[in-house]
Amino acid sequence: MMFLDYLWVFLVGGTICMIGEILIIATNITSARILVLFELTGVFLEAIGVFSFVSDFAKAGINVPIVGFGASLARGVIGAVKTNGLLGIFSGGLMATAAGISAAVFFAYIFGLIFKAKTK
Amino acid sequence: MNREQRNLAYNKYVSAKIPKTKAWPSLFNSFWVGGLICCIGQGINDLILLFFPSISEQSAWAYTLVVLIFLASFLTGLGVYDKIGKFAGGGSIVPITGFSNSISSPAVEFKNEGIIYGMCVKMFTIAGPVIVAGIVSSVIVGFIYWIFLI
Repeated sequence: MMFLDYLWVFLVGGTICMIGEILIIATNITSARILVLFELTGVFLEAIGVFSFVSDFAKAGINVPIVGFGASLARGVIGAVKTNGLLGIFSGGLMATAAGISAAVFFAYIFGLIFKAKTK
Repeated sequence: MNREQRNLAYNKYVSAKIPKTKAWPSLFNSFWVGGLICCIGQGINDLILLFFPSISEQSAWAYTLVVLIFLASFLTGLGVYDKIGKFAGGGSIVPITGFSNSISSPAVEFKNEGIIYGMCVKMFTIAGPVIVAGIVSSVIVGFIYWIFLI
């Protein structure tokens, strides 16, 4: 059921983004705070085991929002503690999200060099 | 005019001047743009799994996020993503593309203040807190989990 999959992705992803917009309208919260708030929510949801339950049907709907970034931090650290013990506490989180952070920094650097700022 | 009266008058003036976002259209726009970005992510993920069926689900997600981050960064360089942002608000901030945009947008904007002190420093004005919060919270979660394992 391809269509139903994408419908869930759309509905869950859209709802998460709309909650962000509601927070922006209601409290004039800055985008940095929004990102941190949703990231921490993801860490918490993964830590208590709710995230994978939602992720099973919402897929990209919850993995593409920054909530998924937080969840992979928590998933990474839990996995690393299982295999590496104490060291895993400090290595697991960043290891799981390294690809995303490196990609974001690298592409920003490259495109920052290539493109000129638009005059506003 | 004493200080309190002056502050009151000033606050009144500010709230009259602040541009008001119409709540309902902006909620609707953030909903469908956010949902659409997630659907694009799902599409990329499905394509990756279709062409490379041997990789794990975990790495497929990592590839998907890298592709989304690349696209958002590119669109930011072109100046398109900021236009989407004005239209969609939360719909463009909350997805991982918003994280990418928060790094590449200042990279483009502050290049003329120098590579090190302009670009490289300003890249992390929004991403910095996100990475700090992520590291701190993941260490806390790891520590709690480690105690439970003992």
